[in-house]
Amino acid sequence: MSQDVFVVAEHLQGKIDDVTYELLGKARELAGQSGGHVVAVLMGSGIQDQAGSLGAADKVLYMEHAALENFNPESYAKALSHILEQNKPRLTLIPNTSMGMDLAAAVSVKNNLPLVAYATDVQFDNGQVVATSQLYGGKINVESVLEGDSSVVSVLAGSFPADAGKQDGSPAVETVAAPDGLDQTRVRFKNLIQPEGGDVDITQQDILVSVGRGIQSEDNLPMVEELAEALGGALASSRPIVDNKWLPKTRQVGKSGLKVKPKLYFAVGISGAPEHIEGMKDSELIIAINTDPEAPIFEVAHYGVTEDLFDVVPALTEKLKS
Amino acid sequence: MNIIVPVKQVPDLVEELEINEDGTDLDRDYLSYKLNEFDEHALEEALLLKEEHGGTVTVIAFEGEDTDKALYTAIAKGADRAVKITNDLPPGTPNHVLAKALASVLSGMEYDLILTGVQAADDRDGQLGVLLANYLDVPHVSVVSGVAPNNGAVTVQKEYAGGVMAEFEVDLPAVLGVQAARQTPRYAPVSRVRQVMRQAEIEEVEASDTEAEVGSSIRRMFKPEKGAGAQMLEGSPEEIAEQIIKILQEKGIKK
Ligand SMILES: Cc1cc2nc3c(=O)[nH]c(=O)nc-3n(C[C@H](O)[C@H](O)[C@H](O)COP(=O)(O)OP(=O)(O)OC[C@H]3O[C@@H](n4cnc5c(N)ncnc54)[C@H](O)[C@@H]3O)c2cc1C
Repeated sequence: MSQDVFVVAEHLQGKIDDVTYELLGKARELAGQSGGHVVAVLMGSGIQDQAGSLGAADKVLYMEHAALENFNPESYAKALSHILEQNKPRLTLIPNTSMGMDLAAAVSVKNNLPLVAYATDVQFDNGQVVATSQLYGGKINVESVLEGDSSVVSVLAGSFPADAGKQDGSPAVETVAAPDGLDQTRVRFKNLIQPEGGDVDITQQDILVSVGRGIQSEDNLPMVEELAEALGGALASSRPIVDNKWLPKTRQVGKSGLKVKPKLYFAVGISGAPEHIEGMKDSELIIAINTDPEAPIFEVAHYGVTEDLFDVVPALTEKLKS
Repeated sequence: MNIIVPVKQVPDLVEELEINEDGTDLDRDYLSYKLNEFDEHALEEALLLKEEHGGTVTVIAFEGEDTDKALYTAIAKGADRAVKITNDLPPGTPNHVLAKALASVLSGMEYDLILTGVQAADDRDGQLGVLLANYLDVPHVSVVSGVAPNNGAVTVQKEYAGGVMAEFEVDLPAVLGVQAARQTPRYAPVSRVRQVMRQAEIEEVEASDTEAEVGSSIRRMFKPEKGAGAQMLEGSPEEIAEQIIKILQEKGIKK
């Protein structure tokens, strides 16, 4: 049983995702405490040179196989399960992303390892792994103790600074043979679908007025749009607004939408679920209107208003126009 | 296609959540529950697939707060069968246990597809769908927002960040974690639900296996610091508007 901390590297279209560096930075700290090494797990095809960007790791385990060319829930889970079985690291950190969701719970069952998901922090406490998860839409934090000498924590993107994990260097690269039958999968990757371009690129705007489910009906959108216009900004939204087809996907901020960093992010009737916060928390100035004083949006907002948006938004628009 | 949709009641997040005295669970005495919103999407996608391609939709849930209401509502929306698992598994039971129990029930049922919500507000130990698929040893894809049958398999779209999606072909049977149905989940009128409650029957089953190794336990629950950074603005809407404009002027965002 080793004291190593493993980090599963996430990549799409040949580019390592920032969440990998966030986890590597954290893993450095944790490995210092456990007395083990930081090991990055890189699975793919023809991406060995990416190992060079994982300099925060002491070692990169690289598994190369045609079945790993594109992410595939089945082949990646099989590959990772094989690697964890061989190495039995003290702790494995997996991004709690779309890809990571298909891996963490899978290896938890396959390898019989404890799993805690939605973590925003991980610590060693008296030799035990303790993870803090953000649950109930970000309203409650839950601290769990993981038993046993090997466990898995899936970590929300944006939980740790990426800078600490972005180190130059040339970690030792060890190539791992793929398990047998890796290409015999019941899930087959077909292709990637790129998003359609929108009328407005919300990632390039200085001012965003972002609307959530508190708006109640599509008919009320013009009221918020007017505020955006009065401020000289553009309209963005949370996911349910896009799922309802009230706004195009290109306006969605968050985990499965776009990451924005405007000078002003004005959140109107948005609760601030972790998946939303992931996409906007680095905005320079955040103002939020929400009738629920315990809405998690107020944890990242600089200024908050707990009044009815249907009163405050028109009042503000009018004052801005006059 | 025969589709099974496991659904779960979760605390309504719009309500205030309180933590119990020993700080290891929610104070559940006054909680109101509602169906996990992603399960609503899973059910909607199942009903759409049935309408387009035939087959049946079975909803299944663990006994608990308002379970019957949720199951009757699903029938009112168009599900064919409702099944309740009667083991005593209190709210907050880890997903490993729920998934193992579900697997023991489902392994005796016929299905092509299991659609779960991609996640729930209380999934502390991992997403139910992925755990379930691995206990059943069937393939899974999570964060799915489009499903179409394709020669004994299904073609699904999985969402990544930034609007990028990956398309996969998945052999059946399979478990899919649904992020969003192709349309907004339908609504069942109260009168229709009442009618269903009089006519339809909920089948009851007992899961044979509720022993899963979870390997983790809750040490402490706590609320995040309230408004850690936010300064609250108060007054009439007009006064609040003036304060906001002043802030924007100070930051040079508005002249
Ligand atoms: C894999 C995955 C990816 C996801 N990706 C994203 C993403 O990219 N972006 C995203 O936004 N979400 C995403 N989600 C969904 C996310 O979990 C939440 O469901 C969503 O963010 C909630 O949107 P909301 O805040 O608009 O709605 P709600 O959570 O319903 O919040 C509405 C808020 O409006 C307030 N309100 C109601 N009436 C008024 C009023 N009159 N005045 C003022 N306030 C009022 C309420 O108090 C409430 O807080 C994702 C989920 C998953 C599982």
